[in-house]
Amino acid sequence: MALQAIAFYLMAAVTIASGFCVVSARNPVHSVLWLILAFFSAAGLFVLMGAEFLAMLLVVVYVGAVAVLFLFVVMMLDVDFAALRQGFARYMPLGLLIAGFLAAEMVVVATTVAGRGAAKDSAGPMASGATPDVTNAEAIGRVLYTDYVYFFQAAGLVLLVAMIGAIVLTLRHKPGVRRQVIMDQVLRTPKTGMKLANPKPGQGIDQ
Amino acid sequence: MAEFWSSPVGWTIITVAHILAVTVVLLLTIAFIIYGDRKIFAGVQARKGPNVVGPFGLLQSFADLGKFLIKELVIPAGADKAVYLLAPLISVTLALGAWAVMPIAPGWAVSDINVGILYLFAVSSMGVYGIIMGGWASNSKYPFLGSLRSAAQMVSYEVSIGFVIITVILLAGTMNLNQITEAQSGWFWNWYMFGGGLHNLPLILIMFPMGVIFFISGLAETNRPPFDLPEAESELVAGYAVEYGSTPYMLFYLAETANIVLMSGLMAVLFLGGWNTGIAPVEEFLATSAPAWVASLVGLLVYAGKTFFVFFMNAMVRSIVPRYRYDQLMRLGWKVFLPTSLVAVVVVAGWRVYTGLPS
Repeated sequence: MALQAIAFYLMAAVTIASGFCVVSARNPVHSVLWLILAFFSAAGLFVLMGAEFLAMLLVVVYVGAVAVLFLFVVMMLDVDFAALRQGFARYMPLGLLIAGFLAAEMVVVATTVAGRGAAKDSAGPMASGATPDVTNAEAIGRVLYTDYVYFFQAAGLVLLVAMIGAIVLTLRHKPGVRRQVIMDQVLRTPKTGMKLANPKPGQGIDQ
Repeated sequence: MAEFWSSPVGWTIITVAHILAVTVVLLLTIAFIIYGDRKIFAGVQARKGPNVVGPFGLLQSFADLGKFLIKELVIPAGADKAVYLLAPLISVTLALGAWAVMPIAPGWAVSDINVGILYLFAVSSMGVYGIIMGGWASNSKYPFLGSLRSAAQMVSYEVSIGFVIITVILLAGTMNLNQITEAQSGWFWNWYMFGGGLHNLPLILIMFPMGVIFFISGLAETNRPPFDLPEAESELVAGYAVEYGSTPYMLFYLAETANIVLMSGLMAVLFLGGWNTGIAPVEEFLATSAPAWVASLVGLLVYAGKTFFVFFMNAMVRSIVPRYRYDQLMRLGWKVFLPTSLVAVVVVAGWRVYTGLPS
């Protein structure tokens, strides 16, 4: 237990410190790198709580894919650091207000849950500690595909719409641009792709 | 004595010793894998390859190691020093850390976790950071181009690797690598390359191509030729590693090779039955009448043999197939492998539900 407490405080401290560095780092690329560290230590916190499936998903989806795209975009952009710093004081009150709201909500949720016990009212098995014979992934799958199947499908639909929207917005067919048609290239044979001619001297061949 | 080993201190000592043993063996393997790779490459080109240091040049990798270590470390003037030095460290840490869940022999995995395969997937998907960070921190054009290419390439092929892994998970019904291996015990037609058992025989039409897709995606994921676009010598000099020298470069190289061995080992576990011999009577003899250490040793040798077989194919691909063009690479990943593996996931899931047979 003591070991778990040490691990928890270590990872929680790293998460908060790297979260602070995300906003305070001067270089945007460093910001993204700190963000990745924050994601990673959050995944560590999930593991401590016995939710190893969620932890791995967090690493696969956020660290492995989303943050790579962040990094990709931030590296490509030519960011003007001085312009970024401007207006910091102007937006400060609004930012503090939102941060205050979030902190208050979290405190409320945390105290309520702590008051009545985390898994008391939940229908299915939540953490692997509750039912040791069912693994974490199985427990999530059972709940996700039975009780919450409509929400799950709706979330999938929203993502699909977003994906199609992104494709529609960026896909442009320019007229006059010759595109590569792989099928045509693969189906080419010597008969269709080659013409044997035997031109007489000084005549050449007509196309 | 047994009490001491189960106490926290004893457990820590035994785990650290286990990790050290796996790492040292892995590093030695990598040294000889690099040698073998160069020998195979040379053999295909009718050259001799490394043959000076030690008998048959066997110690070439160690000579190279010494050379890298005593070279001077030069950091480019415009480089972002912290990120520049962090990049190879991240690469090598992830590449070695992935081996924590690999079932190299019955019960020999350092950490036998329930989501082992997801862990491996997560760690290999993070491998791209070493390359991106190295390319960006070098503050130079060629490394940056190389790192951008690798970011796009590795993210693309992860998707198809993920779907291929899902087909195996569907067949095995578990994400624990040890249990996936055990599900393939018995005759070799129980291996997932051949559909996973006689009752699943029609699935060979799906799973064999899935194995091939996994192999090719593994090549792309580890930046091996013919997908070595991030370091294409003819276009980008050496890609993300141009500005690196000395020990950091060696770490990059080490991580790359460790990842290749990891992908070969993963292929062996997921599709070729891991440490199973593939002959049912032998399996039964090992499980019942042979001493435990013999079973472990045979398992280890079989696993290593399969890994080296996959690596050999890897090396042959490297020496035979010419490099892909970048748009062809992207087309293969997104337009060929992704739809194919997506359909395969649906078919395998449908088969499992339709037949209702246990895995």
